[in-house]
Amino acid sequence: MNTAAMIDGISKKELEHMERIDSDVMERTLAHYHQFDFAAFTPADVQAALQKEQLSVFDFAALLSPAAQPMLEQTAQKAKRLTAAQFGNNISLYTPLYIANYCVNECVYCGFNCKNKIHRGKLSMEEIEAEFRAIAQTGLEEILILTGESRSQSDISYIGQAVELAKEYFTTIGLEIYPLNTCEYAFLHEKGADFVSVYQETYDPAFYKTVHLQGPKRDFSYRFHAQERALAGGMRGVGIGALLGLHDFRNDALAAGLHAKFLQQKYPHAEISFSVPRMRPYVNNTKNNPNDVHETQLLQIMLAYRMFLPFAGINISTRERAGFRDNVVGLCATKISAGVKTGVGGHQLEEKGDAQFEISDSRSVEEIRAMLKARGLQEVFTDYIRL
Amino acid sequence: MKDTLMIGGHAFHSRFILGSGKYSLEKMPGVIENSGAQIITLALRRANTNGQGNILDYLPRGITLLPNTSGARNAEEAVRIARLSRELGCGDFVKIEVIRDSKYLMPDNHETVKATEILAKEGFIVMPYVYPDLITARALVNAGAAAVMPLAAPIGSNKGLVAREFIKMLVDEIDLPVIVDAGIGAPSQACEAMELGVDAVMANTAVATAKDVAAMAKAFKLAIEAGRAAYLAGLGRVLDFTGEASSPLTGFLED
Repeated sequence: MNTAAMIDGISKKELEHMERIDSDVMERTLAHYHQFDFAAFTPADVQAALQKEQLSVFDFAALLSPAAQPMLEQTAQKAKRLTAAQFGNNISLYTPLYIANYCVNECVYCGFNCKNKIHRGKLSMEEIEAEFRAIAQTGLEEILILTGESRSQSDISYIGQAVELAKEYFTTIGLEIYPLNTCEYAFLHEKGADFVSVYQETYDPAFYKTVHLQGPKRDFSYRFHAQERALAGGMRGVGIGALLGLHDFRNDALAAGLHAKFLQQKYPHAEISFSVPRMRPYVNNTKNNPNDVHETQLLQIMLAYRMFLPFAGINISTRERAGFRDNVVGLCATKISAGVKTGVGGHQLEEKGDAQFEISDSRSVEEIRAMLKARGLQEVFTDYIRL
Repeated sequence: MKDTLMIGGHAFHSRFILGSGKYSLEKMPGVIENSGAQIITLALRRANTNGQGNILDYLPRGITLLPNTSGARNAEEAVRIARLSRELGCGDFVKIEVIRDSKYLMPDNHETVKATEILAKEGFIVMPYVYPDLITARALVNAGAAAVMPLAAPIGSNKGLVAREFIKMLVDEIDLPVIVDAGIGAPSQACEAMELGVDAVMANTAVATAKDVAAMAKAFKLAIEAGRAAYLAGLGRVLDFTGEASSPLTGFLED
């Protein structure tokens, strides 16, 4: 890459392309980062939060504090009731499909990081269709299309073609790709996509710079505003998440919750969901791990999200083991992936590129369905009409 | 005389409208049987018409489907979903749900009136879900609605007849069936709504989240029947009047 055309690790061309929108959501969210001393919360603060129907930011922080940990069971009991009231016993099913893993970002925690020597690849339209067909045969109606971040290898028209193809096989199409401008989101919405997830990873702007060493992802605010641009582009729903274990998980979870809350206030019709990725080992870094976010803390975060925003969806990915996933669906999670491959392709064809991370649950769609049934939960293949 | 509920020219003897969301599809036949319901609502967006777990496969014959337009954010989307529902063979009944708020799921009355007007003209039997507002209800009558479905409390909240006074206005002033929809959390609350004079009650969450879904469906059926019987028996006299004086207050008149 020509370093002369770089500004603070981001190519000038990329920077100039980035749309800047007028929004106070980031300011409002970040104002609460470091606001609380989590160690100072008391059991009484947690108890008070558990009694309330509408949680304040203080209550939400209390549920994320160490003081809430001994009250996890009580919290879970209430969260289960809230989940049932909002979603009944319905659990949505989906699967991700990585269509490319080229990436120009250097993120120190990620297997796709441009400095990591892995097999790179992207699927042709014929290959994508073969994958879609194989996935659709399992009964799934919702697909999540993923790429690494490379505007040259996986440009908008390539993703658009994939979405257009997906429309033939699925009722619901989500995207987990690099952040786009409003008009680009509008283009992909027009092609048939309706949901967009972008994870901020950490909401601490200074720390963010130390783990995103180069590439467009280094631009914190462009990434932060992606959900708003997606909604402005006509998308129906957006996903939010912090990468747990990367930094200070209590502050990051708090910020992710507030990001969601402020977005919903500004766009009341938007469907909002959380993902709760924890760091995982990947090719050439088998030691990557979620640090201080053990299952207890992960559940604590998920329950706090449920209490703070009872209407929000919570996804549980194959980063977690089967035993954990099985117990959080219906308790707080509302969507679960099945038949997952995180390499490029792999459903029908041989994988054309290495995986982003190692998965912990390789069960097929059939197996996940059987698990849901055994737990008295209702599988939901489609909950959306594309209009 | 037989106590019949007329909606859009169709006669029903059950006054319990049952929702089909939030519980397992396989339980549905038993729940419907216990409820005695003749009208079942379903979210068209959930009907996996091409694949597995299609709710339509679980509904017994003879049931009147009331597809709803959930997912619609404005009148235009509601109209498109309703037309799609008809194309899929779900009949002419449609429950209009236009929701632009993902937190409280409050219906947009204004857009609902617009959708009602369009769909009524196309021959649909339109049952709009609204916030209980008398002015909106009058507009719905003019728009050709077949019933008005006011919420009793926020949907899924199980809080009961929070909007009691405003629903009472609709009962008193609107000549269409008034069907309480959303917020009813217990059979006692359904009974209370029926005593008030509403024509039917719709419930979903309260039934779906019960420990024994089928048994709760039965409890609702009985409560709704009891409330209706009380209303017909003239309960209103007891509630509205404190009693009649034994010495008439107007006995002094000499004409």
